[in-house]
Amino acid sequence: MVNTKVKLCGIELDNPIIPASGTFGFGYEFAELYDINILGSLSFKGTTLEPRFGNPCPRIAECDSGMLNAVGLQNPGVDKVIAEELPKLRQVFKKPSMANVSGFSLEEYVETVRKLDTVGDIGWFEVNISCPNVHGGGMSFGTSPEMAETVTRAVREVTKKPIIIKLSPNVTDIVSIAKACEAGGADGVSLINTLMGMRINLKTRKPIIANKTGGFSGPAIKPVAVRMIYQVYDAVKIPIVGMGGVSTAEDVIELMLAGATAVEVGAANLVNPYASRDIILDLPRAMEKYGIKSLEEIIGGAH
Amino acid sequence: MKDTYFTLIKNEKIASNTYLSVLEGDTSDITASGQFVNIKLDGLYLRRPISVCDVEGDRLTIIYKAVGVGTEKMAATSVGEKWLTLTGLGNGYDLAKSGHAPLLIGGGAGVPPMYYLAKKLVAEGKTPTVILGFGKADEVFFKEEFEALSLKVLVTTVDGSEGIKGFVTDAMDGLDYTYFYTCGPEPMLKAVYNKTTTSGQFSFEERMGCGFGACMGCTCKTKYGYKRICRDGPVLEKEEIIW
Repeated sequence: MVNTKVKLCGIELDNPIIPASGTFGFGYEFAELYDINILGSLSFKGTTLEPRFGNPCPRIAECDSGMLNAVGLQNPGVDKVIAEELPKLRQVFKKPSMANVSGFSLEEYVETVRKLDTVGDIGWFEVNISCPNVHGGGMSFGTSPEMAETVTRAVREVTKKPIIIKLSPNVTDIVSIAKACEAGGADGVSLINTLMGMRINLKTRKPIIANKTGGFSGPAIKPVAVRMIYQVYDAVKIPIVGMGGVSTAEDVIELMLAGATAVEVGAANLVNPYASRDIILDLPRAMEKYGIKSLEEIIGGAH
Repeated sequence: MKDTYFTLIKNEKIASNTYLSVLEGDTSDITASGQFVNIKLDGLYLRRPISVCDVEGDRLTIIYKAVGVGTEKMAATSVGEKWLTLTGLGNGYDLAKSGHAPLLIGGGAGVPPMYYLAKKLVAEGKTPTVILGFGKADEVFFKEEFEALSLKVLVTTVDGSEGIKGFVTDAMDGLDYTYFYTCGPEPMLKAVYNKTTTSGQFSFEERMGCGFGACMGCTCKTKYGYKRICRDGPVLEKEEIIW
């Protein structure tokens, strides 16, 4: 009997698997397919203070072993998320969820967190300072250590819940940004968000995606994720939520060995709607294969 | 929505660059015409959304044009191979509003969903008129299949090599209809929107990520709010469309 339980910022998870924000909506589409209470938790659709349509279509382009997306944080805004989406999520998911928030100014981050802080069944905040698909916000907060620390301090003021800062890989030194978040009072960091990429349609000779650039995700980016998690683990004491191309139980083990306490599954959910569930069901087999009795014991084991 | 393996039992070219596949598997989640399936192909990351052309028992018929790496791979697949297929996707056409004599307008790769729709309407005792639009004669398909349903079928080709010369809208003059349903390339849909005199339903196409509403990769703006083409569509009503 293997033990898949992990503790993330003081909250115990039955297993480390968390569907990544933007690939799982507010959970209820997937609840039609399987009981999503099998999940460790879920990070719901990135929420902003105001409603957002996002970017024009096409928003998606396929790549070898992955995809580009430039959705642009489409969401109904925090008030509607609280009034309409979270009650629907609550009906199908009984565990603490992760609230993924984004903003275009410091005030927006703060106001969005302040409003969501009143919702009882939110376990953690995942503060996205790394969206590559919006202009004048998102990633611009995540590309300098000073800005990252400022955002962290600001949201720290308005919630006692654990704050996990979601980091961009589109930086020269992700370690310095992770350290700045830790210094600002973050309880954890999650990485990596998508890598900025582009594809061009040979027939039209123009970028496929209307936004021109999109965030690259899928199995192709896993080595980048493993490397960055490994580097950040060496530099900070706070837990890491790892993500990037995870589609198998073996991938989960690899990211945990690099230093992840929990693991988010993103693009895989879009290709196989059962991906997160399948990975969880397959974890005991993979753990036995590699002689792992408890997942908690292997966190950072590659160091 | 259901994700199951379908076995390819027929895969043949029926017109220029156009292929018909018959798949055997669990079709129970396909509840309406105008829905689509999303097919996983080996070596390609995202699935391929393809509209449902017909369902009979456990047999699903799809028709697609081999225009990219995915559909070319599909065309080259041998009978007996299996495709992991998500079924029951999209809202589909609402038959309740059709009236007794609706007009069905399909253009190119938009023709296939019109066939399943026509069969459903005929089964309800309605007598639809069908307009099928193509580029030229060697692209024409399914004219006989529609005629076998004892329906009036008008074919148009842009170069006039078969049927009426011109676009689907050139076949609409003088036709009486109670409602309309259409699927085809967006310029055609817009022309149909401008020419039709009744209410109707349009099926749209967009590049998709997941095909079941999770990724927000195919959202469009409508008068009734933001809609995901894959989940809230692909069928939209005339009254809600913003061009």
